[in-house]
Amino acid sequence: MAVLLLGEVTDGKLNLDATSKAVAGAQTLGEVTVLCAGASAADAAGEAAKIEGVAKVLCAEDASLGHRLAEATAALIVSLAGDYSHVVAPATTDAKNILPRVAALLDVMVISDVSGVVDADTFERPVYAGNAIQTVKSADPVKVLTLRTASFEAAATGNDAAPVETVAVPEAPGLSEWVEDHVAASDRPELTSAKRVVSGGRGVGSDENFALIEKLADKLGAAVGASRAAVDSGYAPNDWQVGQTGKVVAPELYIAVGISGAIQHLAGMKDSKIIVAINKDEEAPIFQIADYGLAADLFTAVPELTEKL
Amino acid sequence: MKVLVPVKRVIDYNVKVRVKADGSGVDLANVKMSMNPFDEIAVEEAIRLREAGTASEVVVVSIGVKQAQETLRTGLAMGADRAILIVAAEDVHQDIEPLAVAKLLTAVIAEEEPGLVICGKQAIDNDMNATGQMLAALLGWPQATFASKLELGDGRATVTREVDGGLQTIAVKLPAIVTADLRLNEPRYASLPNIMKAKKKPLVEKTPADYGVDVTPRLEIVKTAEPEGRKAGVMVASVDELVAKLKDEAGVL
Ligand SMILES: Cc1cc2nc3c(=O)[nH]c(=O)nc-3n(C[C@H](O)[C@H](O)[C@H](O)COP(=O)(O)OP(=O)(O)OC[C@H]3O[C@@H](n4cnc5c(N)ncnc54)[C@H](O)[C@@H]3O)c2cc1C
Ligand SMILES: Nc1ncnc2c1ncn2[C@@H]1O[C@H](COP(=O)(O)O)[C@@H](O)[C@H]1O
Repeated sequence: MAVLLLGEVTDGKLNLDATSKAVAGAQTLGEVTVLCAGASAADAAGEAAKIEGVAKVLCAEDASLGHRLAEATAALIVSLAGDYSHVVAPATTDAKNILPRVAALLDVMVISDVSGVVDADTFERPVYAGNAIQTVKSADPVKVLTLRTASFEAAATGNDAAPVETVAVPEAPGLSEWVEDHVAASDRPELTSAKRVVSGGRGVGSDENFALIEKLADKLGAAVGASRAAVDSGYAPNDWQVGQTGKVVAPELYIAVGISGAIQHLAGMKDSKIIVAINKDEEAPIFQIADYGLAADLFTAVPELTEKL
Repeated sequence: MKVLVPVKRVIDYNVKVRVKADGSGVDLANVKMSMNPFDEIAVEEAIRLREAGTASEVVVVSIGVKQAQETLRTGLAMGADRAILIVAAEDVHQDIEPLAVAKLLTAVIAEEEPGLVICGKQAIDNDMNATGQMLAALLGWPQATFASKLELGDGRATVTREVDGGLQTIAVKLPAIVTADLRLNEPRYASLPNIMKAKKKPLVEKTPADYGVDVTPRLEIVKTAEPEGRKAGVMVASVDELVAKLKDEAGVL
């Protein structure tokens, strides 16, 4: 049994949190080899080599791998897959784009968003927006899966480095090309790795008012999240969306402000350790899953909370 | 250019899902079923392309039980031109896996030769987020997933994608597979006259055998369980009480 794990590399940098969580999740499946791919990937490979439990790192550098375009990255993984029983990755948007393509090229089913590893063939995953947990057993010769990072503790980083090997990159299929990225730089912690998250919903009412949420987050050293309604209304960028079809988070503290608690939102945050809800409607469903509920107008409660912390 | 849109019949997103007590699955008997919300967005995008004169025809395809006819009629009422139903299951509880769906769609595409396929990003029942990517792989076509903006021109599609870091824009050669994310558009409601008209639009029925595709699942569903519930907590009366609880009781501050 051997695992090929696609490290999360963006613009040459390793996302250590997502990658180490996937390494931890994959540990019981066999010896883990991490693949770092990109226009430049050597630094990322060096960093991945220090994650405990990593036996080997493969480094693939080529301009065609620069923006993790699915066609080129999938072709690379398929060229390497022959040696492995499992091909895995953290369930990021990049991996969700690439791994199903890999699975189809290998004529196997992909198993998305795995939240628990039962044994080498058997996995748990949430379905129906987390309303049910399915246990599935794969009959395929190679298992291709993405691991939900919120479900696994990150593997530690040590001083011993696993060996790094350079691998050949197959010729790019040339079907797609990168045009541009719109990425807002932020000093805040990243949503999926943050210990604390403050999220705002439609109740926040406007783009400007969202500053209230951000101030509270900054006071707490928290990441900022949002409901779909807040993103659709333009109060918050798309990458802040938490939920069934957004990001899945499980911080120590999640504060939901002006969010009603639709099942699609809960799907992305109900595994948080402590949930606080602030909503002016006492009947809001979010209170049914919150550890602490405050029925209050957010425009008075949030500034007061920010001040008293 | 012809646009093909695969649409799935799923439990309506407003329905409270119940796991069956014997762990065999979720209860779909007598629950409201609808078109997968992402597929409504995909259909809307295709219709807009036809209205803009970019697309010549919109074909909706569904794979599943016979009742998926209703889902296809919804697509036709929204404005699609014709529909293909592949009856691949008899029991409403039997889900056809993305790999099998992608193989069937590959066969349909070989016959129909669309210039563009728009899938939903994810079916809200199995939450797989896989079919579009698998279909692109089997066809050897480019893929532009999680689209929030689509522009066609010059044998290429320029697509803005919702990704973890924000937005990414890529250009893909046509034919291509695009998967629709939530903010691509706001789908229209079908008007009553259009619902009536849809009844007369062509809908052909096929089976997997017509395409020589084996839909046997690769994943055995061992069991389906209720997730661990959360205990409802307490209501606090003031911000002061909240801060005190977070400090002393929860220990998270
Ligand atoms: C296919 C699909 C996928 C989806 N995916 C997601 C997803 O990933 N994430 C997600 O979040 N949603 C998702 N949704 C949407 C989801 O169903 C809900 O519509 C959404 O979560 C509602 O957002 P909200 O709670 O901010 O808004 P609302 O439901 O409108 O709630 C606003 C809340 O704010 C409160 N409020 C208003 N003013 C104040 C005030 N002054 N002070 C205090 N409280 C106030 C109100 O009482 C209300 O409870 C999805 C839906 C579909 C169909
Ligand atoms: N049985 C099906 N019939 C038609 N289209 C489907 C079917 N299953 C999946 N799709 C398409 O593939 C998308 C993604 O589904 P999934 O990969 O199952 O999450 C859906 O939004 C549909 O566009």
